[in-house]
Amino acid sequence: MTRRKPIATGSDWTFETLETFEAEIARLADEYRLDTYPNQIEVITTEQMMDAYASVGMPVGYHHWSFGKQFLAVEQAYRRGQMGLAYELVINSDPCIAYLMEENTLMMQVLVMAHACYGHNSFFKGNYLFRAWTDASSIIDYLVFARKYVAECEERYGVTAVEQLLDACHALQNYGVDRYKRPSPLSAEEEAQRQAEREEYLQAQVNTLWRTIPRSPGSEAPADAFDDEEDPLGLHGGGRYPPEPQENLLYFIEKNAPLLAPWQREIVRIVRKLAQYFYPQRQTQVMNEGWATFWHYTLMNRLFDEGLVDEGLILEFLQSHTAVVNQPGFDSPYYGGINPYALGFAMFTDIKRICEAPTAEDREWFPDMAGSDWLETLHFAMRNFKDESFIQQFLSPKVIRDLKLFTVVDDDQEEMLEVAAIHDERGYQRIREALSVQYALSVREPNIQIYSADIRGDRSLTLRHVQDRRRPLAKTVYPVIRHLHQLWGFPVKLESVEEGEIVRRYQWPLPEEEGRE
Amino acid sequence: MSYFIDRRANAKHKSAVNRQRFLDRYRTHIKRSVEEAVNRRSITDMERGEKVSIPSRDISEPVFQHGPGGKRSIVAPGNKEFVEGDRLRRPGGGGGGGGAGEGGASNQGEGMDEFAFSLTREEFLDFVFDGLELPHLERKQLVDLEEVRPVRAGISKDGVPARINIVRSMREAQARRIAMRAPLRRALREAKEALEAEERKDPVLRNPSRIEALKEEIERLERRLEAVPFIDTYDLRYNHLVNQPQPSNKAVMFCVMDVSGSMTQSHKDIAKRFFLLLYLFLERNYEKVELVFVRHHTAAKEVDEEEFFYSRETGGTIVSSALTLVDEIITKRYSPAQWNLYVAQASDGDNWDDDSVTCRELMMKKLMPRLQYFTYVEITPHAHQALWEEYERVAAEFPARFAMRQIVEGGDIYPVFRELFRRRAEA
Repeated sequence: MTRRKPIATGSDWTFETLETFEAEIARLADEYRLDTYPNQIEVITTEQMMDAYASVGMPVGYHHWSFGKQFLAVEQAYRRGQMGLAYELVINSDPCIAYLMEENTLMMQVLVMAHACYGHNSFFKGNYLFRAWTDASSIIDYLVFARKYVAECEERYGVTAVEQLLDACHALQNYGVDRYKRPSPLSAEEEAQRQAEREEYLQAQVNTLWRTIPRSPGSEAPADAFDDEEDPLGLHGGGRYPPEPQENLLYFIEKNAPLLAPWQREIVRIVRKLAQYFYPQRQTQVMNEGWATFWHYTLMNRLFDEGLVDEGLILEFLQSHTAVVNQPGFDSPYYGGINPYALGFAMFTDIKRICEAPTAEDREWFPDMAGSDWLETLHFAMRNFKDESFIQQFLSPKVIRDLKLFTVVDDDQEEMLEVAAIHDERGYQRIREALSVQYALSVREPNIQIYSADIRGDRSLTLRHVQDRRRPLAKTVYPVIRHLHQLWGFPVKLESVEEGEIVRRYQWPLPEEEGRE
Repeated sequence: MSYFIDRRANAKHKSAVNRQRFLDRYRTHIKRSVEEAVNRRSITDMERGEKVSIPSRDISEPVFQHGPGGKRSIVAPGNKEFVEGDRLRRPGGGGGGGGAGEGGASNQGEGMDEFAFSLTREEFLDFVFDGLELPHLERKQLVDLEEVRPVRAGISKDGVPARINIVRSMREAQARRIAMRAPLRRALREAKEALEAEERKDPVLRNPSRIEALKEEIERLERRLEAVPFIDTYDLRYNHLVNQPQPSNKAVMFCVMDVSGSMTQSHKDIAKRFFLLLYLFLERNYEKVELVFVRHHTAAKEVDEEEFFYSRETGGTIVSSALTLVDEIITKRYSPAQWNLYVAQASDGDNWDDDSVTCRELMMKKLMPRLQYFTYVEITPHAHQALWEEYERVAAEFPARFAMRQIVEGGDIYPVFRELFRRRAEA
């Protein structure tokens, strides 16, 4: 390979050098078939970075005190020097927006471009969850629409009313996703266009639902009865409503809450749509960071091999990279859970190793993968998995050994914790399963669904929590159902069910003295 | 495929609204912190922000979560000596390892007992003076030339180029063009029609000289139409500004302090803090605040700040000497028509017995009618003396403009200050 002259040396950067580096990275990324959205790279100041952080990565957001809280927390942490802001902030949009902070060194800028503009960007474009759940081309427009709509509502109905509604929606936003249905794409134009129509239509629907005139059995259907097509939920035919438990709490509220005004339904919808936008990110943390880290590592080394960066820069890079993929042990004072960068990077690196230089163990564990084309396999893994299934499929014994993973069982009925598996022959499979479960959203968050709405009686709403292995709900359940009660307008009950038996009941408003079970 | 945008010049306080919302929402918590801070720290460093902590339980954003209990398995890295089947003592407190992916979310406050953040100086002072109000905040009317502000007063025909009103100028120009061209257009149309009529005639009947004349006429009219200028100097319109006199926004604050032997340094420190609070407060309400320091024992003297607080004197006390001096200074330099006058007096209550009556008369007759507000703080743990009693009679006479309180120790300053200036319902 011919070595070329370094593009720049030292730690200062200019727009010209950045552009040159960007072009070189793009060339290399293309060699590796990284398919990306166009990059919009924005150079910003520290304060702007803090603003961006505080708005959880939304370049435009509606106003809410919780973002202010976030900002104060970020600012405080930054002032104390607890947090380097520098690393990355990249938005899943088309064009893909990435931020470079002006005070970063040249190395950092190049690193962030490789990491965010080619790593994350290609992940956003390629991974199946992002493809199915988000529409990168319209998110910015939707955010603008949402901000404007919320601001209008604040003007018309008061800041407090909107704030309370948003508080309630935020409490439920993790339950605002249809996990199994492909969502309709977000589009600001359409949203704005249809929004007025929808208000009327929705209200009409809700009115229909609550028209609960009891019908005597055998009597003829009233003239305005609905045929089955218009009444697919069978709510006029008796039985429970909804007939099937609903996992998307916010959607159910938006469509069915009896007392919400149209604008309130629209805001519920906005929070729901944004929750949906972030849903893939919550499920691909390890993969996304691992993928981006793998590529910044590979691309930076290629730049060095070609002589485009000098030793000084690559050493500075290696120091920074090592810090990022550092995994403190569970007994370290710095331990804060498993570092997704470390785990993800280790796994992608190991996939490459298994393809290129498989050992006997690899051949036994990954018969299809061992010896295959590494780039092809890596792309396949990136495209078709989420953390849960990625770990289930690709966590190799070598990574388990390197990280010295072990499993502890914590049973509140036992006095001691038990080490269930360590990095040995017997443990690999079990650790792999346990870790996969640890990343499964369905296990990480309690499984809570809408079970029934008493549309004929007291209009109370009943939720069911499917309790798993006796793990109860945290105390936050009361404030959350209080928020839910605010949206629903009538009593809200929550039952924890394990193995078909109701083990605990919660309700809001709290029952009168004697009603307590 | 890629492009760079330099956004550094863009506005940076994108989160300002959200920050304000947060502060509003936790107003009561923050106020409590601020009040503690004011009592704790010396008033001299009021000029900085403050770190505020709120119990994170109060500001948490609840979501459904797993609680402690039940059976779960945790995968953790860094095993050193464990083998399968080992039994471990439960680590104190929470359940050991923490779950997957929670590492990044720890700044959400769940793990912290206190949510701490900093207020800026402005925000801090907002909270310090929240709910307080300057009594009789009248804006004095003034004819002084300094106190004028240009305000827009319609459109004028002359002015400087910087104030051109483009819309109005263009409208004028268009109107002028229409007006000037209309007769020419009409004449042109008529000439053209005439020419056409002439040309339609049988060749024999045509009048060549008339055709010639018409053609010339048309050409001349077209030239004239062309020559109507698009915009002309007398189309120009300017935004007109006039100077409007402004109500005075100036205040002067007289600090009057007894420096006789009975006032110790700690008395003075307390007084100083009180004066500083008042100064900060005035500064927020007036664009310009001037300070006059008057100290007295048996005789009064106007001094600078340094001497006021730190030089030592001994001797007896004649309060009226200071009041007379204040009165003279007002007459000489601060006409009540132009200035908002505030007097803050601090003393330990000692005075020549005979003098207190003089003080009252001075106050009633000369000072009070000209002052915006007079505050008197008496720094003493002891019983009141003659001066207090005489001042009580002043207070009875001018209940809205005169206030007096007793301060026993440093911690009283802020509560006393708040009480003196709390927002009154009747206002």
